[in-house]
Amino acid sequence: MTDQIATKTGTVGDVVLEAVNISRDYYLGRGRSGPVLSAVREVSLSLYRRGVVAIVGESGSGKSTVARMLAGQETLTSGEVRLDGNVVHVKHRKAFRAYKREVQMVFQDPFASLNSVHTVRHHLMRPIKIHRGIQGRQAIEEEMSRLLNLVSMTPPELFLPKYPHELSGGQRQRVAIARAIAASPRVLLADEPISMLDVSIRLDILRLLSDLRETLELAMLYITHDIASARYVADEILVMYAGEIVERGPAEEVTQKPAHPYTQLLVSSAPNPDALGSSLRTGTKVVPGQAGSALSSIVGCRFSPRCPFADEQCRSTRPPIVPTNDGRLVACWHLDQAASSSVTIAPKSRATRTKKVAEKPE
Amino acid sequence: MAEPAMNDVPKTTRATAQARAKDSTEVLPVFDIQGLSIVYRSDAKDTKAVTNVDLALMPGEIVGLVGESGSGKSTLAYGACRLLRPPAIITSGSVTYRGRRIQGEAMSVLEQSRSELREIRWREIAIVFQSAMNALNPVLKVQDQLFDVMDAHLSLSRAEKQDRAESLLDLVGIARDRLKSYPFELSGGMRQRIMIAMALAVDPEVVIMDEPTTALDVVVQREILAQIVELKDRMGFSVLFITHDLSLLLEVANRIVVMYAGHIVEVGTAEQIHHTPAHPYTRGLLNSFPSLHGPRRELAGIPGTPPDLSQLPPGCPFMPRCTFASDRCREVDMRLSPVDSSVGAVHTTACPFVKPEDHETPVSVRTRSSK
Repeated sequence: MTDQIATKTGTVGDVVLEAVNISRDYYLGRGRSGPVLSAVREVSLSLYRRGVVAIVGESGSGKSTVARMLAGQETLTSGEVRLDGNVVHVKHRKAFRAYKREVQMVFQDPFASLNSVHTVRHHLMRPIKIHRGIQGRQAIEEEMSRLLNLVSMTPPELFLPKYPHELSGGQRQRVAIARAIAASPRVLLADEPISMLDVSIRLDILRLLSDLRETLELAMLYITHDIASARYVADEILVMYAGEIVERGPAEEVTQKPAHPYTQLLVSSAPNPDALGSSLRTGTKVVPGQAGSALSSIVGCRFSPRCPFADEQCRSTRPPIVPTNDGRLVACWHLDQAASSSVTIAPKSRATRTKKVAEKPE
Repeated sequence: MAEPAMNDVPKTTRATAQARAKDSTEVLPVFDIQGLSIVYRSDAKDTKAVTNVDLALMPGEIVGLVGESGSGKSTLAYGACRLLRPPAIITSGSVTYRGRRIQGEAMSVLEQSRSELREIRWREIAIVFQSAMNALNPVLKVQDQLFDVMDAHLSLSRAEKQDRAESLLDLVGIARDRLKSYPFELSGGMRQRIMIAMALAVDPEVVIMDEPTTALDVVVQREILAQIVELKDRMGFSVLFITHDLSLLLEVANRIVVMYAGHIVEVGTAEQIHHTPAHPYTRGLLNSFPSLHGPRRELAGIPGTPPDLSQLPPGCPFMPRCTFASDRCREVDMRLSPVDSSVGAVHTTACPFVKPEDHETPVSVRTRSSK
């Protein structure tokens, strides 16, 4: 699991941040007598210098909880987080602050993550003062300009006095990213950084994150529900379902040849412009249903209620995550079956719906 | 679906004399926006949110309206239903509604009185609003909100309403016992489905969907889209689908209307937009989303930011961001003209210079030809 992965650029750094079998339980009833929700169960992952790891999953799959645990904002029920090989304890304020200097987060909603009564200047000045200890007006101003240049908000003098409401969604997210890198961290945890943005803006932000990963040598965790964007930024993809990792491997392999039935569902659900309507009609094989339940009372595979291949074994025994022969890890009892009927979206003519079909194959 | 009050025809007292075409084979659009312009007026300036827009929705059709935030797509839809209040002002244009329940007559939406508007809103033209959390009343049960819609437009007994509410939930794939739930007890996908059920509660002819799946997961999004397509086929309404995600529209829409800075820049079928985009902005949108299927391709995106609508330069508003821009673009009047005269007005673009094949040519050739 700690084998090094090849990054898109071919080079890979050392492990910076590591999670070893981390779990998080929530007690739903009063006290500890009620049902237990294991929001995250035994997740292990490693973030490398200059590497991007993506966690993909639906709402409630526990992907944000993993990020919060890595950021030291959520206590672990079991397992440990290691920074440079040392187990992280963020029990008291000073340790938490020191940890934050190394590990920063970018949040989903740039409308909520910036304080609307403060200017861009304020948002950038605080981390510079707190984490970097830079003194003197001139030095701080220079550092703020450098940060805004890094996130392509130029000229900086124009943006420093602005309030969040005067900025567009994309600009706000850039400020949030600038704030995160102001502490000059080594790890950046990006929790759905583009899902609230316009499609045309998303690409810019993704590109910015990729550039920063290179120039600042960041280790990055990219959390998303859009597996297509993970394909473009990440080196390794982890697919989470109901708190567990069901599949992990190099980005291209996972997205092009999904092995786990849930990954197949995710891939087939992504909009596919080339199919032009057909797949919406044919429907997916998987039973549509509620999001996966992470209640600890479920003994078998948590995806089994929605899985087309589920049988008695799936419902009674939890599948271990095992390596396949093409170098990834999958947790499924019926890999052969799933692989053989791997979801294919058959291009079907849409001539019944529209009269004129442009004759131009691409 | 149970249809207890299908025959009650809303009164159209002041309908314009524009009767249906004599030629019965010609199908007229059910919702027809002509030359609509909307501005947000303040003392200092007018912000031109929508400028001279034509948009026709044929019966049973899904038309996709795509554009960035602030391109005027929501203003266009709400303005056409007269849901905007000052400072938004409709400065010109007409909106014609021709529903099946309005026999042989067309209704000019912009000329109706308030009480007449109340008759057609929701009954004829319903809207699925953008954020289901804010659009549902948090202190009323799902059932009461559905009943409210029916009370406003139909006269049904309590039992009939109950029946209808239950069959509506069946339609959108939610268990019947959820009628007694409050919105906060439902997941995001379920709330969005409730919004769709509410829009369909009194069997409208036109459903406007304003970013109905934006906040949802891809899996849920796909389920809801499939449901919309299926319901449309079954109940025969027309859909105006507003989104910023062109990749979605390519799958779900029959025709796609691309909007930029208040102007429509290109109209075409999904195939035409996908394979032979004419306008550089459409091309930029197509290059903006990462694709999961097929080989990894280099994504270009669209450089720059959308313009300030209160200070639009003369000519094409996309000029500052366009790779094809030259001085002649300042003269462009943004009128739509056919891309290929042999195909006709099915595929139109506001850019008179750039042709679909130009997007294939290398940059060096491009700059030479644009002199």
